[in-house]
Amino acid sequence: MSLDALEALYKEVILDHYQNPRNTDPLPDPSVATEGVNPVCGDQVHLELLVQNGQIMGVSLHGKGCAISQSSASMMTEAVQGMELDTADGLAKAFRDYMTGIDDTPARDLGDLEVLDGVRKFPVRVKCATLGWNTLQEALKEYRAGQKSGKLVIEDGERG
Amino acid sequence: MYSVEKIRKDFPILEREVNGQRLVYLDNAATSQKPQSVIDALTEYYGRYNANVHRGLHTLAEEATIAYERARGRVASFIGAESPNCVLFTRNTTEAINLLAYAWARRTLKAGDEIILSVMEHHSNIVPWHILADDTGVVLRFIDINEEGQLDLEQYQQLLNSRTKLVSVMHVSNVLGTINPVKDMAKAAHAVGALMLVDGAQSVPNMPVDVRDLDCDFMAFSSHKMMGPTGIGALYGKLELLDPMGPFLGGGEMIREVTLERSTWNELPWRFEAGTPNIADAVAWAPAVDYLNEVGLENIRQHEIDLTRYALHKIRGVPDVKVYGPPKAEDRGGVVAFTMGDIHPHDLGTALDQYGIAIRAGHHCAQPLHRRLGVGSTARASFYAYTTQAEVDKFVDGLIKTQEFFRRVAGRTGSAV
Repeated sequence: MSLDALEALYKEVILDHYQNPRNTDPLPDPSVATEGVNPVCGDQVHLELLVQNGQIMGVSLHGKGCAISQSSASMMTEAVQGMELDTADGLAKAFRDYMTGIDDTPARDLGDLEVLDGVRKFPVRVKCATLGWNTLQEALKEYRAGQKSGKLVIEDGERG
Repeated sequence: MYSVEKIRKDFPILEREVNGQRLVYLDNAATSQKPQSVIDALTEYYGRYNANVHRGLHTLAEEATIAYERARGRVASFIGAESPNCVLFTRNTTEAINLLAYAWARRTLKAGDEIILSVMEHHSNIVPWHILADDTGVVLRFIDINEEGQLDLEQYQQLLNSRTKLVSVMHVSNVLGTINPVKDMAKAAHAVGALMLVDGAQSVPNMPVDVRDLDCDFMAFSSHKMMGPTGIGALYGKLELLDPMGPFLGGGEMIREVTLERSTWNELPWRFEAGTPNIADAVAWAPAVDYLNEVGLENIRQHEIDLTRYALHKIRGVPDVKVYGPPKAEDRGGVVAFTMGDIHPHDLGTALDQYGIAIRAGHHCAQPLHRRLGVGSTARASFYAYTTQAEVDKFVDGLIKTQEFFRRVAGRTGSAV
């Protein structure tokens, strides 16, 4: 492993998203707003979605935490922009299954998200990479249930 | 003459490589490594005299019982307890505190009674009291810290009153390193008729601790942080306090007589050790205590002061590093918690691991303290008897390399870290 693995984990684009997270402006009238928290490591994201005609027409996310959690969440906001809800849900699942190693190759074309593939070699950091995506799925679930807001508390990870 | 190199030879794990580098183990506040004598004791127990204790009449049962009770005696002497019967074996510090919360506090305290804790406590010394407070209406009060991470003792004095029934604080902070003046605090607690529990998880392994000198009523601590096995710890209590206490868990071993209608309780200390205990790990705790006695707690303490002073000096020279806790090494245990600029402690932990350096990153089971410090998490390096100055150098070098790494990668995109 050593430094090659570190280079593979923290690629330029990841640190760029960490330093300059995208789509951070709050939405004026979000369809749903969801908090995603990993209480054991302190990572958190606040996600807002604007849904119109079954499509994600607006995404806003801000949060705090490690480079992996925040960059992956920032990339998520770009990836799902304009997507139909089912497609976004499917992308989140494909991304998670690839990260956790359920799938050896992504079930869907992950596009730019594949820069996060270095995380797969660091099992303890997978929960960081999936926080934003799990929060997205939670938000979609809440939206479909007719809720305006909710909270997802991640139950895995470091205990203390 | 204290020789860290000689000590290191007794710890086989320190020969290990991690990610192609010699392991630099700086996570001793989480758990310590084990000398060969402890590892051998486990093997010997299972290989030669594994049997249940206090029950059988056969040779193995007798040998196991003798070894188990001998370990209790070693641990009792190690902390200066008046009798082996003052030492109740538990799984760990957490269970020891829970034992007191259930067996004593729950039966004795009433709604409106007060327990004083501090904001720097480990979750193990907060959560059991939250559960108690929810169930009984007991009120929890918290001592704050000052800017240097020391307890506000004036506020402590103000919190003490006739309703205070227990003061429970950690001897040494697992984050700030702060050594709390528990002897004085116990005296103040006794002055209002309260009892004093000391969480000794971070002090008993690292410095001479004498429960009679401190005059604390109870002390909780774990084997695994003091070179012994995991899964075994202890609650020390003064005999006159433990003796009238009802049991914690019920079952075999802890009874005198059971009829269909009722049970009566065994003597100390077995009243509090229901079921087959963790015999192997208790037995192997004894050689850990012997090892510490042989090296000398005074020597270990001095070694840790020297290392901490050196580490504080070196780490303060690293740009953007903020260290938490008392500024002087003499005022702290061998623990250095810090943050480093924009690099999140988890990212730092992952990066240092690539250099074979093991540190802890997170809230270290002290979320209220981190909230009080205004940070989500910190990175923590913690030292022990076998830690060398060269390892501190590698660690600090690793910090600088990590900063350079993130700066280099971010530089390629024009972002600044």
